[in-house]
Amino acid sequence: MQEYLEILREYDVLGAFWVNIQLALWAAVFSLVLGTLLALLRISPISSLQWAGSAYVTVFRNTPLTIIMVFMVLGAWGQLNVTLSSDFNLNFFWLAVIALTVYHAAFVCEAIRSGVNTVPVGQAEAARSIGLSFLPAARLVILPQAFRGAVAPLGNVLIALIKNTTVAAAASVATETSSVMKTMIEFRPDYIYAIFFTFAIGYVILVTPVGLLTTALSRRLAVAR
Amino acid sequence: MRRTRTTGALALAATAALTLAACSDDGGTGDGEGGDEGITIGIKFDQPGLGFMEGDTPSGFDVEVAKYVANELGYSEDQITWEEAPSAQRETLLSTNQVDMIFATYSITDERREQVSFAGPYFVAGQDLLVAADNTDITGPDTLDGKNLCSVTGSTSAERIKEEYSEGVNLLEQPGYAECVTALIAGQVDAVTTDDIILAGLGAQPSNAGQVKVVGNTFSEEKYGVGLPQDSDQCEAINEAITKMIDEGAWQEALDTATEGTGYVPNADLNSPPAFEPCA
Repeated sequence: MQEYLEILREYDVLGAFWVNIQLALWAAVFSLVLGTLLALLRISPISSLQWAGSAYVTVFRNTPLTIIMVFMVLGAWGQLNVTLSSDFNLNFFWLAVIALTVYHAAFVCEAIRSGVNTVPVGQAEAARSIGLSFLPAARLVILPQAFRGAVAPLGNVLIALIKNTTVAAAASVATETSSVMKTMIEFRPDYIYAIFFTFAIGYVILVTPVGLLTTALSRRLAVAR
Repeated sequence: MRRTRTTGALALAATAALTLAACSDDGGTGDGEGGDEGITIGIKFDQPGLGFMEGDTPSGFDVEVAKYVANELGYSEDQITWEEAPSAQRETLLSTNQVDMIFATYSITDERREQVSFAGPYFVAGQDLLVAADNTDITGPDTLDGKNLCSVTGSTSAERIKEEYSEGVNLLEQPGYAECVTALIAGQVDAVTTDDIILAGLGAQPSNAGQVKVVGNTFSEEKYGVGLPQDSDQCEAINEAITKMIDEGAWQEALDTATEGTGYVPNADLNSPPAFEPCA
């Protein structure tokens, strides 16, 4: 036990979880913004915009995240020279954030659209009848109610996002948990099960509060109809 | 109410654990141990030149040594079942008897000896660098300042670079060496690092041939052992088989075939022949 605690310190497991949390926070913010814009496209009255929104969702929801990650490194950085930071390692962190963002934005979009479906058609018609055009109606009437209805599915997307940050290993983010776990198993196979359970439990501890919080919020914020 | 739910969950977990245990037991008796039935050998499936699986035909230096040793132990080639043994699973595959032995660029270390036994080594590799064929300014690990270097996440090679050289070198960590070589050929990294014989195998692949070369200035000693379950009594017999393979010249032949056309020469001091570790 004593020796295992030393191994945990040597490999900076807490630091690794912090990297995943940072990846998740940035990607959550960016994908919420991008996902909301996509949802607006999908519910907009202009059919070419609707088409663009659903094309995005179809492409990125159906592409495995690992492939997007590998593309960011071997394609965007490797072939097209896309550089997001002059710091070599930070560059891969941001490439990973972008990959997580474009992937999860598709799911955020669908979660918000499910929220929009909870808003009665009468609300949109009422907004129209007082002279609001599409964007003001969406901003003032539809989206605020839609978000309240979408808290639970958005929570699911966030949980998936937190766990998916481990895929950043494919984008050369070597300080995140799955990379660190791989290294630890490579060097200390004598503690393989202890190492595995440490990371598994770490994620349970990280993700459970998110689930509890969004469930509680979804109850409290639900619009009574 | 709450109590019953917890008990139910525990019961479910216990059942799941038992089911899993039962599965791995079956695997062990099914294709392990059996003297007459055959032998199960773990190799890498994704390392060209060492352990590589195309369809159901394995090839490479590890595979050739494995075939020779198995033959000496009394198993013909068609009695061998090949299993994939990825780095992170090697100890588990052995300790659960899912494979009888492993030939998979498996470096002998003290930590690994806690869980498994080793025969050999049958080869001593060293960490080296793979660079573009026309590169002349990278001659060894001390010439990497400011350069981009690629290795595999979680590998010994990546870790050594981080600990000893990372000051001036940019380390790109990828899931596999194929991605590293792609980045090398694209010009985004200047070198790829891992054991010299693995690099030579990558360089010998038709798609990379002529574009890359092994620098040939090693900076570590990796003793490739034959991984065995801890209670195995075959270490001595395997060492004898390896000695015979080297004496007969089949060992050199297998090595030459695996690294053909890359100009790779293994470290002669350490490999003529490799000195066996004691069978403990």
